[in-house]
Amino acid sequence: MDTPVEVEELEDAGGRVVRLRGALTVTEAARLDSLLAAAAAQPGPLAIAIADVERIDTVGAFVLHRLVRDRPQTRILGADAAAERLLAEVAAADRPCAVRPQAPPLWKKELEDLGRYMVEAFRTMGASLAFVGLTVVSFWHALGSRRGIRWGAVSVQMEQAGVAALGIVGLMSFLIGIVIAQQGYVQLRQFGAEVFVVNLVGRATFRELGVLLTAIMVAGRSASAFAAQLGTMKLTEEVDAMRTLGLDPVEVLVLPRTIALVLMMPLLGFYASILAIAGGGLFTWTVMDIPPASFVRRLNEVVPMSDFWMGMIKAPVFGAIIAIIGCFQGLQVVGTAESVGQRTTIAVVQAIFLVIVLDAFFAVFFTAIGWD
Amino acid sequence: MAAHTAHVVEVRGLVTRFGPTLVHDGLDLDVRQGEILGVVGGSGSGKSVLMRAIIGLQPAAAGTIRVFGEEVRAGALALSSDLTRRWGVLFQGGALFSGLTVAENIQVPLREFLHMPERLMDEIAAYKVAMAALPADAGPKYPAELSGGMKKRAALARALALDPELLFLDEPTAGLDPIAAQAFDSLILTLARSMALTVFLITHDLDTLHSICDRVAVIADRRIVANAPLAEVRRVDHPWIRDYFSGPRGRAAGAAHARGHAEAAGA
Repeated sequence: MDTPVEVEELEDAGGRVVRLRGALTVTEAARLDSLLAAAAAQPGPLAIAIADVERIDTVGAFVLHRLVRDRPQTRILGADAAAERLLAEVAAADRPCAVRPQAPPLWKKELEDLGRYMVEAFRTMGASLAFVGLTVVSFWHALGSRRGIRWGAVSVQMEQAGVAALGIVGLMSFLIGIVIAQQGYVQLRQFGAEVFVVNLVGRATFRELGVLLTAIMVAGRSASAFAAQLGTMKLTEEVDAMRTLGLDPVEVLVLPRTIALVLMMPLLGFYASILAIAGGGLFTWTVMDIPPASFVRRLNEVVPMSDFWMGMIKAPVFGAIIAIIGCFQGLQVVGTAESVGQRTTIAVVQAIFLVIVLDAFFAVFFTAIGWD
Repeated sequence: MAAHTAHVVEVRGLVTRFGPTLVHDGLDLDVRQGEILGVVGGSGSGKSVLMRAIIGLQPAAAGTIRVFGEEVRAGALALSSDLTRRWGVLFQGGALFSGLTVAENIQVPLREFLHMPERLMDEIAAYKVAMAALPADAGPKYPAELSGGMKKRAALARALALDPELLFLDEPTAGLDPIAAQAFDSLILTLARSMALTVFLITHDLDTLHSICDRVAVIADRRIVANAPLAEVRRVDHPWIRDYFSGPRGRAAGAAHARGHAEAAGA
């Protein structure tokens, strides 16, 4: 597009002259800079003749200005009125300006980061506990208020977080059911105890896997969605607008999502367990020749009702945790689009982590009360 | 080819639509080399859509758009970089990259298109910050830390990073206080004159039209109903133009400008 810069060096009575040709523009700036640096390496008076250049823009002018500024005994010859004006403009605009915020030395930065991380961790812990409380309080408040709970919003969320997840949750559980049956079969066959595959599939899915895997899937789908939705609303000041209209964001945004997940998680968890059982049943039927009727009868014998209740007790708790963490992280967004991304990531990671920790607590608790 | 040199932007028979809604219907527009063209029109008359069509962000249902004699097609994977390097765009909200500091925002096009030593790039960013009349401590700040006026200036500095020949400005003074708006107007004028820019400027601001625009294009009824110097546009007999210039705000801006001229002549 622009003619490349050419340099011609001449000797003159007053010293050396560098005659420039071509375009002194932003595209040629890097080349111009290195050519001038080479020409300016020798000391002594130096004149730069720019009468023959075809075009000059502010970057070209700035590179020339920089040389004149940094090297004594340098001057520019043959600038026309436009070039003269550009040189004056960039000279006026030339002043130091940092590009990035000043970074402290590494050790200090690491220490600072550690400290900030610890403080942040404790603050977040406190704030999220407070948020759980806030959600509960606003639930009671909503129950008592004239407006009541927003069932319209709840049903929309139930559809998005629950019904829309049926496909993926079902497929995942079905495949997991097959995998458990298959792995169990390979191991138990060594003792001639293949028939216990039914116990394995039935008890594992109802007690643990059905609900746990569903919770992990829902955390991935919905905790992220909640965090991103609320985070974006926070960025666009929708949350502030709500407050000024006298609406409580927790009641309008957080409560419907939490109620939706509390209601949907047991349903999804049960559905997932059934499909996992179906997967296991398909495997025992096709590979082990156990007909479906015998499979179901055996299931009925070996899976106690307490296993089912365990799953159903855990599910709404997981749902509440996932929704509250997603919403809490969304409302922590400040400032930039990057913050939405960070908070969404944190929401998913924390939700999955907490679901697994709680699951461990439940396991110990249920064993302690004699459900085993 | 020679015919195109005088017109930096040439729009012929542009038709754009959103579903069943027709935004432009056979719109023609020329932007001449070196002028500051003010584009006005009611809210929703398609000013921003016209700009987006010219810079290739909005597909046209019919018509041709040429910039620097090269046809612009929206939806092509990426616009030819020759073209995007010759124009700079200031979006209404600034559209600064929020994860980068102001100075880094200015360096994005430099970094993307050119190989430059880091030090030179830092110095270029520094003088661009100064040319956009931002304080020096704005360089290492993130967009979220800036006021509305400073965001606009920073966005202007980024638009000017590659020393473009053509500058698109979408309502640059909207949301600024009158003093800041005036300062921004004179900044645009100074930069446009010293860098020999052609400027396509969308505005609602009557003062901007009076003080810096060489010509004014009026969008109404889905096409350009007038495109001439301001004094001539005011005389065009069109209901929207009449309402616009002879409403209380239009009269006030006109009177203030006339007074300014008289004072300048007197001094």
